Amino acid sequence: MSAYDHVTAARANDRPTSVDYIKRLFGDSFFELHGDRRFADDKAVIGGIAELNGKPVTVIGLEKGRNLKERMARNFGSAHPEGYRKALRLMKQAEKFHRPVICFVDTSGAYCGIGAEERGQGQAIAENLMEMMTLKTPILSIFIGEGGSGGALALAVADEVWMLENAIYSVISPEGCASILWKDPSKTAEASECLKLTAQDLFKLGVIERIIREPKDLESRIFDSLKNLIADTFEKKAAIPAEKLIEMRYNRFRKF
Amino acid sequence: MPDFFNFLKPKNELENQGEFAENHPYIPEELWIKCPVCKNAILSSDLMENHKVCTKCGYHFRLSARQRVELTVDENSFAEMDADMMSTNKIGFPDYEKKLRNAKISSGENESVITGSCTICGEKAIIAVMNSKFMMGSMGTVTGEKITRAFEYATENRLPVIVFTVSGGARMQEGILSLMQMAKTSGAVKLHSDAGLLYITVLTDPTTGGVTASFAMEGDIILSEPKALIGFAGPRVIEQTIRQKLPKDFQSAEFLLDKGFIDAVVQRKDMKSTLAQLIRLHKENDEGGAAL
Repeated sequence: MSAYDHVTAARANDRPTSVDYIKRLFGDSFFELHGDRRFADDKAVIGGIAELNGKPVTVIGLEKGRNLKERMARNFGSAHPEGYRKALRLMKQAEKFHRPVICFVDTSGAYCGIGAEERGQGQAIAENLMEMMTLKTPILSIFIGEGGSGGALALAVADEVWMLENAIYSVISPEGCASILWKDPSKTAEASECLKLTAQDLFKLGVIERIIREPKDLESRIFDSLKNLIADTFEKKAAIPAEKLIEMRYNRFRKF
Repeated sequence: MPDFFNFLKPKNELENQGEFAENHPYIPEELWIKCPVCKNAILSSDLMENHKVCTKCGYHFRLSARQRVELTVDENSFAEMDADMMSTNKIGFPDYEKKLRNAKISSGENESVITGSCTICGEKAIIAVMNSKFMMGSMGTVTGEKITRAFEYATENRLPVIVFTVSGGARMQEGILSLMQMAKTSGAVKLHSDAGLLYITVLTDPTTGGVTASFAMEGDIILSEPKALIGFAGPRVIEQTIRQKLPKDFQSAEFLLDKGFIDAVVQRKDMKSTLAQLIRLHKENDEGGAAL
C-alpha cells in the first residue's frame, strides 16, 4: 500500500468512527456528557464516562459522523474551540475522579472559520497541550482515521498513542503540502509519501507506540482484543505514581 | 552633458507606483522607504530613529530577531544560548537542505529563533525572539528545542521568560516532528508555569498556525504590537474554507484584544519599559514570595 492509499483508506466514508468504537468497546455503559460550560456543545467532539471491564473511564472522541446528515451536524469532525474546551473539561473531571482518559482521534483538522478564530482556536488547542502534559491520570490516544495537525494533537498529548493500520497523522494535509510545495494540489500522492504520515512511518519515528489491526467490519473480534489491550494498558499505568507518569509523558515528547 | 532622463527609472521598474512615481524622480530605496500601509515615503534615517515604526501612520515594520533584541535588552547584556544548533533533514524531505541553506543566507541566522539571557532595564530574564526572515519563522525541531531549553534553563534558575513570536506556523519539511514541537514547548512552558514563574509573550506580525496554537497563547501575560496579524488559520485558508471575504481588521491585535485573547497592545517604543515594569511586579524575594 502506498502512503496515498493509506490517506484514502483513512478518509473512507464507510470507516468506523468514534461512535462505533465507543459502542463496541463500552456498550450501553457509555453516558454522554455535553458542553464546555463556556459557550456551547460542539458536536464534533463526543465525550462521556463509560465502563471498561468494570472500571470507569473518561471517553473523548472526534466524531465525523456516519452519513451526510450526521456529518453536517458534526461539522465533519472539525472541532471549534468549544470542542477542545469540552474535551479539557472532561479530562480535568477524569483527573478529579482518578479515572483514565481514552481519546479517539479522527479529524481532518481543527475548524478554520470566523467563529473558531473569534473564540480562540489557537488558545484552546494551546491550553489542551499544556494541561494534558501534567494531567495526573493516564491518557491513551487512538488514531482511528485522520489525524490532522494541531486539531489532532490537542487530543494526543498522551502517555501512549496508538494508530489503526490505515490511520494517518500529519502536520499538514497532503493536498495543502502539494499546493505549497509544487503549487499543484493534484500531486497529493507524492506529498503523502514525503510527509511520513502512515502508521508504519510514525512507529519508526517513535511518534506512536502501537499499530492496531483494521477491523474488517463492526462485528470484528478486533474490538474485543482492543478492549483488553486498553484495559491492560490502563492497569499498568495506574500502578505508576502520578508524578512519575507526568515525568514519563514529558520525556515522551521531550525527545523530539 | 547629463541625460536628465537617466534620473527617471522606467515606470515598470519603480517600486513606488501611482502618482508619486509619475511625478518624482527615482530615489534610491536606501534613502527612502515606502510604508506598505499608508504608502508614504519615509526617510530611512527617520524610520530607524523611530524603531522602524512609520512616522506617518504608526505601522510597525517587521524587525529581524537581532534588531528586536537590540531594541529590547540592555546594551551588551544579551548572552546567546545554543547559537550553533542547526536543523537537519530528518525525514528526508525533498529540497529541505537547499531551503535551509537559503534561509541561513537570507537571514544571517542558523534558525528561526534566537534565545539567550539578558537584562531589561536591569531586570534579569530569558528571552527568545523569532525571526520571520528564516523560513517565515516556521517551527522546526531546532526552533522547538531552543525554546524548550530556554524554558528549562529559566525554570532551573527561576527566571522570567519573554518570547517574541513571529511565525507562519509548523515547518512542513519536518513533517510530524514539527508538530511534536508544539507539545514539547507547551510541556516546558507548563513546568515553568507550575514553578510559579512569569512568562510574557509578545505577538508580532504575523503569528499564526502551530505557534499560535502552542507557546504564543500560553503566556501569563500576552502582549502584541499594534495591527499585528494573529490567528490559528491564516486569512487565505479561512476565506477558502468559508468561501467569503473576511471583515477588515479580522485577526488583528486589536480584534484579539476586543475578543479577550490578549492583555494589551503595546507600541514598540513602550515595549522595553512595559516588559521591565511587568517583570518588576513579579519579582521574587529571597524567600520565593513576591518582592513588594
